[in-house]
Amino acid sequence: MSAAIVIIGAGQAGVQTADALRTGGFAGSITLLGNEAYGPYHRPPLSKAWLAGEMDSAQLVMRAPEVLARKAIALRTNVSVSAINRAAKLVTLSDGSTLPYTGLVLATGATPRSLPLPGGDAQGVFALRSRDNASAIAERMAICIEKQLPVIVIGGGFIGLEVAATARKKGLNVTVLEATPRLLGRVLAPVLSDWYADLHRCHGAALVLDARIAAIETDAQNTVTGVRMADGSVYPAGLVVVGIGVAANDQLAQAAGLACERGIVVDACGRTSDPSIVAAGDCTARRLADGSLLRLESVQNATEQGKSAAAALLGLEKPFTATPWFWSDQYDKKLQMAGLSMGADQWAVRGDMGYAGDTSIAGSFSVYHFKGDQLLAVDSVNASKDHLQARKLLDAGVSPTVAQAGDLGVDLAGLLGR
Amino acid sequence: MANITFVEASGQSTTVNLADGWSLMQGATANGIDGILGECGGSCACATCHCYVDESRLGDLSPASEGELAMLENVAAERRPNSRLACQIKASAALEGLLVHLPATQE
Repeated sequence: MSAAIVIIGAGQAGVQTADALRTGGFAGSITLLGNEAYGPYHRPPLSKAWLAGEMDSAQLVMRAPEVLARKAIALRTNVSVSAINRAAKLVTLSDGSTLPYTGLVLATGATPRSLPLPGGDAQGVFALRSRDNASAIAERMAICIEKQLPVIVIGGGFIGLEVAATARKKGLNVTVLEATPRLLGRVLAPVLSDWYADLHRCHGAALVLDARIAAIETDAQNTVTGVRMADGSVYPAGLVVVGIGVAANDQLAQAAGLACERGIVVDACGRTSDPSIVAAGDCTARRLADGSLLRLESVQNATEQGKSAAAALLGLEKPFTATPWFWSDQYDKKLQMAGLSMGADQWAVRGDMGYAGDTSIAGSFSVYHFKGDQLLAVDSVNASKDHLQARKLLDAGVSPTVAQAGDLGVDLAGLLGR
Repeated sequence: MANITFVEASGQSTTVNLADGWSLMQGATANGIDGILGECGGSCACATCHCYVDESRLGDLSPASEGELAMLENVAAERRPNSRLACQIKASAALEGLLVHLPATQE
């Protein structure tokens, strides 16, 4: 058969792979399969401007239908894949039809973890991943505003805190329940976790750290009424948003016998254990040179792995090895992170952190994570310049000393030897 | 509301009518204009919606924030004095007839 690439997943990674295939000169057919009702759209605003009601749905569009058509990328929405037949190089769709492929791209994303507690599936309890999730949360928020019901956010990670900030913006009563002793504990330095806790409290969100949740309480219609804690106390709620992480969608790959471990295992070029199949984005776990696995969930990872995966299908090597970066918008603070902070044992603060609640301080600063003398990661708050410089330092493997990082008098760009 | 004309690197020119509050990035991507990516969805975090604004109209735009100026250092194509990030420019009557050129590459 003539060359035909099938892409499972029409999110950031799938779209990027399709684009990169065309840019790379691929002339065969490209079919982009999406299991939602919509064409490709931007997910990042869903927890922020879109949820706040500051955008309409047309503003979420990532690629308009005419752009996909011009590039001969055939988009099919509302369709899922039920099986991959690697021997016959066919995918079976949910409607029973089959699609042959010469190259297959798995860009299946991830699924939010559900609350493993009684009442976790009650009406009014939502995770946030898709446009439909965000619509449901927005509708429920409107009811909470009307009936003056509080919002409970379970999980003090990025999604949870962004939703909390948006809910506060809308004037809702918000409490964040976090199971560990600090917010964003797996990524931020302790000093920045504390700063973010102050930020949320100053904006009127209540935080409960070390929270032990026993169950979701419901009424006779199975609609949420509150969250019951292990000590028996109850936080009333008209809406519960659960942000306790995601699991990679690797079921199809597993069923097809591809190597999977907390995600579809890929190399730096997006290749799976089958030479005709590549994978990109949230569904992957990248095998690093030292044998360990790296799971990233980010826009950058989706786009860069998409480019790598497209190149791999075209027979080229285009490894994604750049420094990982992420961002999160909460209230008027833009947090930009470069590198991976895991294992850090000392930190330096560059700039004036001030007090998160003091709006008279611009609050532009960065926290540098070190393991010994080695720079691992930099978290910048309203300091894009520091962030971009950090990406360059980390890409180049150049590390300032802890003292240099914390000294505004030292020009860190100078260390790059330019 | 404003009519904005985007000129892609290929020379292809498209005029779109944008409601107030829409960013130029949103207007371009929703209307099928190639040459603007906007990978971060408009958060001023990725620098893939780089554009060149008609120099004579720069004064009609609200000035770039410090964050935008910093991100402009990271654009893929040449940065010029009239470089802006399209996600940070919001349509309003003041922008009527604005001409925006797009670079050949965003990444």
